[in-house]
Amino acid sequence: MASEAQRPPLSLRLATNGFIVVWLILAAFPFLWTFWGSFKVELDFFSIADWTNALTGTNTRETHGSAFTLAGYEGAWVQEEFWRNVINTFIVCFFVVLTSLTIGTLGGYALSRSGFKYVFWLLIIALIFRAMPPITLVAGYMLPFFEWNIWGILPTTIIVLVAINQPFTLWMLHSFFQNIPKELDESAKVDGCTQFQAFRHVIVPVMWPGVITTGLFSFLLAYNDFAVTSMLLSESNRTMVPEIAAFLGTTYTEGNVMFAVAAVVSATAPLFVLVMFFQRQIVSGLTAGAVKG
Amino acid sequence: MKHRTFFWFFLPTGLAMVLFIAAPIVSVLIQSVFAPHEAVFVTVENCGPFGCVQETTIDQAATQELREAQPLGRFVGLDIYLDRGHLALAEMGEAWRSSDSLGGFFAELRDLPFYGAMAFTLTYTFVCTPLLIALGLVIALAVNTLTQRLKGLVIFFSLLPMIVTPLVGSLILFWMIDSRGVLGTFLAYLAGDPDLSLKASTPLMWISIIIYGIWSSAPFAFVVFYAGLQTLPQDQIEAAQIDGATRWQQVRFVVIPHLMPLVTFVALIQLMDNFRVFEPIVGFNASAHATSLSWIIFNDLGGETRQLSAAAATSVMTIIGVAILLSPVLVRTWRDFRGKT
Amino acid sequence: MFLRVFTTASALAIITATSAAACEIGARVSIVGNEFPAIQTVGANAQACTGGEVTTNLTADHQKINLPGMQGNPAEYTSAIIANSSIVALMNDDVIRPLDDLVAEFGQDLKPNQLVSIGGQVMAIAFMANAQHLVYRSDILEAAGVEPPKTYEEMLAAAEAIRSQGLLENPVGGAYMAGWNLAQEFNNMFLGFGGQHFKPGTAEPSVNSEAGVKALEMMKALSAYMNPDFLTHDSNATNAEYRAGNVALMNMWGSRAATLVTVDGVPEDVKNGFAIAGPMTVGGGDTPASTLWWDGWTVAKNIPDEEAEATFKAMLNGIDPSILQDPEVPTQAVWLIDGYEPTPAAIGVFEAANAGTIPYPMLPYMGLMHTALGNELADFMQGDETAEQALADVEAAYTAAAKEKGFLQ
Repeated sequence: MASEAQRPPLSLRLATNGFIVVWLILAAFPFLWTFWGSFKVELDFFSIADWTNALTGTNTRETHGSAFTLAGYEGAWVQEEFWRNVINTFIVCFFVVLTSLTIGTLGGYALSRSGFKYVFWLLIIALIFRAMPPITLVAGYMLPFFEWNIWGILPTTIIVLVAINQPFTLWMLHSFFQNIPKELDESAKVDGCTQFQAFRHVIVPVMWPGVITTGLFSFLLAYNDFAVTSMLLSESNRTMVPEIAAFLGTTYTEGNVMFAVAAVVSATAPLFVLVMFFQRQIVSGLTAGAVKG
Repeated sequence: MKHRTFFWFFLPTGLAMVLFIAAPIVSVLIQSVFAPHEAVFVTVENCGPFGCVQETTIDQAATQELREAQPLGRFVGLDIYLDRGHLALAEMGEAWRSSDSLGGFFAELRDLPFYGAMAFTLTYTFVCTPLLIALGLVIALAVNTLTQRLKGLVIFFSLLPMIVTPLVGSLILFWMIDSRGVLGTFLAYLAGDPDLSLKASTPLMWISIIIYGIWSSAPFAFVVFYAGLQTLPQDQIEAAQIDGATRWQQVRFVVIPHLMPLVTFVALIQLMDNFRVFEPIVGFNASAHATSLSWIIFNDLGGETRQLSAAAATSVMTIIGVAILLSPVLVRTWRDFRGKT
Repeated sequence: MFLRVFTTASALAIITATSAAACEIGARVSIVGNEFPAIQTVGANAQACTGGEVTTNLTADHQKINLPGMQGNPAEYTSAIIANSSIVALMNDDVIRPLDDLVAEFGQDLKPNQLVSIGGQVMAIAFMANAQHLVYRSDILEAAGVEPPKTYEEMLAAAEAIRSQGLLENPVGGAYMAGWNLAQEFNNMFLGFGGQHFKPGTAEPSVNSEAGVKALEMMKALSAYMNPDFLTHDSNATNAEYRAGNVALMNMWGSRAATLVTVDGVPEDVKNGFAIAGPMTVGGGDTPASTLWWDGWTVAKNIPDEEAEATFKAMLNGIDPSILQDPEVPTQAVWLIDGYEPTPAAIGVFEAANAGTIPYPMLPYMGLMHTALGNELADFMQGDETAEQALADVEAAYTAAAKEKGFLQ
């Protein structure tokens, strides 16, 4: 975006870059620490005896003969068949993102283009819906879901996650659609398009940055959800997060924290690919020409 | 847009919300004013692997009739909202009469579960929300000045706090800030106090949770603002430059007004999410120091005996709390909305 | 089902192949329960039955799922695996059936002490036992010149000796995390001091008593020898402290003893010094300051009789004495099954049972008391309140909850 005249002065550039470096350390350090620690044994990872054990891997070396071990990964992926949970998670994520963006885009677009008072109240009601703590919602679902025999399966969880996330999706897309000038679809309608055709041919091509950003959040919600997935999925259909929680153990029984750590680290790899892929869509500014606020 | 067209566009999302959110909210409202029937007890002999004891149990035959007569339970009106686990009006009055100073009264109040939770929840909400918005905005502005090649990498790493599952993210940080963990050791070194323990002190625990809250939510604000920056009208920036606006003035008078709807949006979402703070309290095992309304619900539903009515009442109060909290933002939205039409 | 205990399950396949012929069922069986290895073993063996589909859902969240899953008609789950604390929730809502007729018909081989009866009706079949008891480091106690403690007072003295000799700074470990764990430690100590949670025959609380105050004071005295973060330590964190060699004395679950020093990376001196003993007494009392627990299975009420019969048979197969032939299985729990030979890790639980430890009370309102204790006692442990104030808060919180549930008027 910066023309030669727009180039920031050196001091500002240094300050900006310095700030980004500090932020990246803050953001990534716990993760990198976890990544490093995932190749250690539990005692080194938590390093209760001496924090430098996490760096040197003293106990890991005593047990495995080397300061790094793949025991956590092997346990999670081979022994516990974590890949099943990965597949479940991606099924859930894919359908949640697809469904919530489809119905959310339609709804959000309608909200942004209708000037009646009920639009405002619909938005407010959606917001109030979102205020409901998910744990209470989930506790309420249990009995009817068992009665209807739909408890424990992936489609139920997908629909629930879509519904719980709709208020957020609607609000976010509503904000983005408002930034797309009304004149675009109105001129299409003047040319004889129906509202849906105007939406399909004029709005859809320019809405992607907003939709992709919203989709990213839908994805992260489905990916990270614990409250819904832990209560509504049976053991054999578990997604990654409840499985990771199960690795951690309970009062009664020994967990295996290193399985959980290895699972967390390996589960982040596909996200890396995903973000690297979509950042180009976000960054390239597909709509920079078309959208003027 | 015509009412009819609007209806069809809105139907799928509306239906999903009515079925899976509105209906449960109605049932929660009903649940919060009904309580289980009074139990009829009998004393019986219970035997097991470790011998026999006389214990009380519920006389199912006697309770059965009551249940069939009133399947919803007994109607208790607002009793549950007013009992000690919630608004605790009687206990509050008692505390007011018995304490001789305002400080004493507040100390007694903090001892009641609802007010103790509110003290932390409100502090958390009002400290976290503005700070994370500011941080997110600064990151978005800074990242926007980077070259294309660096952006993707920086975005990915900036998203990490949000991507790493909160359950595990808070667990990892919990161990890092342990007095023998890497951050705990570092902080103890900075403070010059080798016995410094973040987890043993209430104020330090609050600060840790708040910092975690900002850390884990700033990426959300960052991504929203960053996407907003991509639609920034170049002509306005250029016009401002021609007018000789400084960099700060461009941000202040062009960028921020452009992002304002998104700021409102982030503020709405984050106020609400922070008011419902839950995961860090569980992840940090912090319930001795800090609780929240969501934590109380979790606790009511998680015991050996589930207190459904108490959880329902707390949920309704959470919704009301969020509505009160958001009202200024909502009034603003209403003005914007009326201004537009 | 996921093969959580992968090796165990495959080893079992060989054994159960021979005994499976004996288990022929004629209807569906669906089991919900916790997920620890012993229950995985029971579930896998129940699945060896043929003739009907046997499904299991073994998860740590089972307590939140089992009640809604058994309230429907027909119930989703035909059997729930529970403990003496959690059977109460199923009893309160009347979702499990008496088993007397099924026991008479199929359960001849059960030992009498496996039958859990409430008011004369068999409601559950127990298959394993658990209790908290002393775990210590024999090498450190020896270096400090103290005997393994038999009472909590001796434990305090031993801790002081270890600390004053500079062996360990915080020699005592305890799962004192605010909430369920802290309440459980209070229950132990309170029962050890001869306390009773309720006035006999009623749901009225009576924890604000001399025994209650003494119990809290003892816990406070112990906490002075613990890591300052003790209010955030659950049993996982406490075990981690022990493994790291920071703790020499702790009250720990018997079910955790077998795996305490077998995980990767435990230092040699911790492994060699590992020792267990029965639970300690307190305040000169005879009753150990601990509680006894059993795990067992139930059969749902809202299912057809043929499903109940199939469930009973399948679960019976799940706890058949033949499962003990797998060398892994006897270490998984303190089994109540015929033919079980206690392993060295089981002596703590056995001593607890022999010393007359009180079983965790099976009362309809005990869960509410446990929750109230867990929430309110942290204020005392942090020094914000006196013991009497904290116990008065417990009673007030419990009373509010018990009124809501209809246990108190």
